[in-house]
Amino acid sequence: MNTNKNSYTLIYAIVMVVVVALLLALVSGGLKETQNENVALDKKKQILSSLRIDLKDQDAAALYEKYIVKELVLNSNGDITSEERGKAFGIDVLKENAKALEQRELPLYVAEVDGKTKYIITVRGAGLWGPIWGYIALDDDKNTVYGTYFSHASETPGLGAEIATSDFQNRFVGKHILNDAKEFVSIAVMKAGKFAEGKEQIDAISGGTITSKGVEAMLLKSIGQYQEFFKKQ
Amino acid sequence: MSKLFSEKTKQVFLGPLSKNNPITVQVLGICSALAVTAKLEPALVMGLSVTIIVAFANVIISLLRNTIPNRIRIIVQLVVVAALVTIVSEILKAFAYDVSVQLSVYIGLIITNCILMGRLEAFAMGNKPWESFVDGLGNGFGYAWILVVVAFFRELLGSGSLFGFKVIPQSLYEAGYSNNGLMILPPMALVLVACIIWVHRSKNKELQE
Repeated sequence: MNTNKNSYTLIYAIVMVVVVALLLALVSGGLKETQNENVALDKKKQILSSLRIDLKDQDAAALYEKYIVKELVLNSNGDITSEERGKAFGIDVLKENAKALEQRELPLYVAEVDGKTKYIITVRGAGLWGPIWGYIALDDDKNTVYGTYFSHASETPGLGAEIATSDFQNRFVGKHILNDAKEFVSIAVMKAGKFAEGKEQIDAISGGTITSKGVEAMLLKSIGQYQEFFKKQ
Repeated sequence: MSKLFSEKTKQVFLGPLSKNNPITVQVLGICSALAVTAKLEPALVMGLSVTIIVAFANVIISLLRNTIPNRIRIIVQLVVVAALVTIVSEILKAFAYDVSVQLSVYIGLIITNCILMGRLEAFAMGNKPWESFVDGLGNGFGYAWILVVVAFFRELLGSGSLFGFKVIPQSLYEAGYSNNGLMILPPMALVLVACIIWVHRSKNKELQE
């Protein structure tokens, strides 16, 4: 058989691509369900991490049921549109952010830790190389930060990627998102030695300036959407 | 059995473990060796994944070797490797999610790991399936054991643990010992690989240039 003929090469390539595509589609379809369960479990772990709960060797799904008492869906006017369990959890924040502000559905998780209510907000923004996201838990005064969790897709290891460490995340604990006049100003992430006007701040990561600023912008934009709800209560 | 483990196949298997090691002698696959060796677990999973992929890719290419059109042979090899890597990555996502998050892009980057293309082009295109399978196993294990040795020292000295378990007692920390943060950073993998190459070459004089 002449394997150097053009027609042979062409047919070979076509058959190969079709066979491989079929195979991959089968594998992907077959494993989809297990993968989605893993993604959901991972999301629960991330939400719990913002409450500073130690998850090592723990059943995250059971802890989630225990701590998260309510899952709310809000609109930008601050009205609760749904309290149905699972609805807020299923919201894809990335898709919501693409909509106009008035049409967005905002998930809010209400947790109870040692008898005290905490509000957990989903935040999402952009770092240097790709998306960054996380959860920020506020005390029941809706002002003091109780804990944070940040993660990223592809920030530089050792620099921007440090936002995923507890060392960075714990810098936010105890900071306030409102100024003295009770207006929402968020929290600034500043280079050591620089000071932000009229708001509280934490130290940025040396060498990770763009990612640090990305965190700052993400907090301002994401928490800002919930202001109407917090004002009402 | 005699045919399965002839002198030649034995050489094919044992060569890459030492005298023809992909990392220390051929210096292939260094990128991933730096990236995934901060902890033992991802290093082990990465080593196993590469072993499985290179062994099966070798077999598939070896079976097809007489039918592959010469002009698109590299593309055919790439497609086979890419398909296998995607399958492994999907399986990890379904059954070892934490590890797959840790390895993140590096699983995908196995596609570009020079060991794979090197073995496919240099060995599988000209040898029978069984020998190619053994060659893939040999090279995979040759790659894996270097990764595991590097990860052992990096995790022990950098985090004071092995497979996530604390092995350095608290009393030692109280006496003033502290973990070496440099060990967690990628450059230390290069230094450790260099140390392994040093020991390796001083034992095998014929490898010295």
